[in-house]
Amino acid sequence: MTKPVLVPPGLPTGAGGAPAILAEHLTKRYAPAAAPAVEDLSFTMPRGATWGLLGGNGAGKTTTIAMLLGLLVPSAGRIACLGHDMARDRFTALARMNFSSPYIALPSRLSVAENLRVYAHLYDVPLAEKRIAELAAQLQLTELLDRPAGQLSAGQKTRVALAKALVNRPELLLLDEPTASLDPDTGDWVRSWLERYRAETGCSILLASHNMGEVERLCAHVLMLKQGRVVDQGSPAALLEKYGRDDLEDVFLDIARGRSRAEVPA
Amino acid sequence: MRPRAGQAGMLDGSRAALRRIWGLVYRHLALYRRSWPRVLELMYWPILQMIVWGFVTAYLAGVQNDVTSVAAGVLLGGVLLWEAALRSQMGFSISFLEEIWSRNLGHVFVSPLRPRELVAGLMVMSVIRVVVGVTPAVLLAWLLYGFGLFAMGPVVVVFFAALLIMGWAVALGVTSLILRYGAGAEALAWSVLFGLTPFAAVFYPVSILPAWLQPVALALPAAHVFEGMRAALLQHEIAWGHLLAAFVLDALWLAAMGWVFMRQFQGARVRGALLNIGE
Repeated sequence: MTKPVLVPPGLPTGAGGAPAILAEHLTKRYAPAAAPAVEDLSFTMPRGATWGLLGGNGAGKTTTIAMLLGLLVPSAGRIACLGHDMARDRFTALARMNFSSPYIALPSRLSVAENLRVYAHLYDVPLAEKRIAELAAQLQLTELLDRPAGQLSAGQKTRVALAKALVNRPELLLLDEPTASLDPDTGDWVRSWLERYRAETGCSILLASHNMGEVERLCAHVLMLKQGRVVDQGSPAALLEKYGRDDLEDVFLDIARGRSRAEVPA
Repeated sequence: MRPRAGQAGMLDGSRAALRRIWGLVYRHLALYRRSWPRVLELMYWPILQMIVWGFVTAYLAGVQNDVTSVAAGVLLGGVLLWEAALRSQMGFSISFLEEIWSRNLGHVFVSPLRPRELVAGLMVMSVIRVVVGVTPAVLLAWLLYGFGLFAMGPVVVVFFAALLIMGWAVALGVTSLILRYGAGAEALAWSVLFGLTPFAAVFYPVSILPAWLQPVALALPAAHVFEGMRAALLQHEIAWGHLLAAFVLDALWLAAMGWVFMRQFQGARVRGALLNIGE
């Protein structure tokens, strides 16, 4: 029996029916008396788009991503990914999603191929060896397939993590700081690759990043988080216009320091 | 006759579940293939225990060559069967800890692998670790001391099964504590079942224990297995009552610890512990 698709009437969903992510009044408190890590966060991300979560340390980006992935249960609110309610049907959604973060490693003693094989099994990927070879060719990993993952450079590890995140051809990809600790050249290569991948597959991407240039380049829409709340949102161009700035970094600083356009020095 | 759509869906779901379990098992087999010290460690303690207890029983028998005595059989049988329980519990718990040590747990928990499939994969790894770890000790007991574990008859396989299941139940408890208290609780993976040794009646009958302690021992499946082992070795009979009690207790402990594990898993999702369980 197919599960009901959770789309409120009149909601813009983009291609493919349900929105990629529907978050309604999400709140997370790690302790009853603690300040909320995320508070009343609502957004609807359409299919096929790349959106960014932007915010300083402790703004709630990682907590939000963890809730979207089902690693963390919200204190209040509701999430549906690809039309599946994450409280009741998260495993069906997880089979169609994937995730990459530089802060979660892959087993370092296993070779690149073995790591990818493990995740091909976990995601029940058909023709796994063919898919691994295909990803290895696309991400320039073919020469590295027999190398232990722990012996790779930071750039190579990022490409392997991306291969793992794409092994099941996800319809929704969550990326936590995908280019953290990469040199500018490798970072640019990864960004170009993600742009091309989204254009070719129509995959929806939500990325959390501190890199304003990355967000400006990749994202059609940005959610600016501060102390767990969305303090502003819009396309990078709209935010630049609204704050009268030339780049998102200045917008980020304005928001982080609570400055309005009127207070911005000429 | 072709299966109906519902049946086909169930078959496909079962096949996918088995493949996910295999994915987890494959991950650990690949690790052992690349790490011979881990494989050596599996065999090291069972062999060491068996050698030490072999000499102890030879000494107690009074005559160095009389190593096939009944006393030797009871002690060596106890050592080897208890090692199966210990290795079963450690095989499960340490396989879970391997995910924490490699900082890979986040990836596993955001995959479609269900908690029950995670548990099934860890049980398979536990069986593999028991077979690899205890088989050399069983062979050495036969070569060095002339003690054949299978002299007890086919019932020894049932004893092994009962102890394996008890190991899983304890491991589920240990894993629950790791989910609750983080990797700081990992020392329990090596110590919890050792702590139960005095009450498990491994080397002596339950009747030797003080009267107030006997109900504690009889609540453990292991005590019934070892009473059964002594009946097989000393009276050459199968103690069906003890065997039945062992499996009923196994089922109860497994269900209880499974419930605790699921509660702690859900609790870890609420507290955010799955994000930083390595700390």
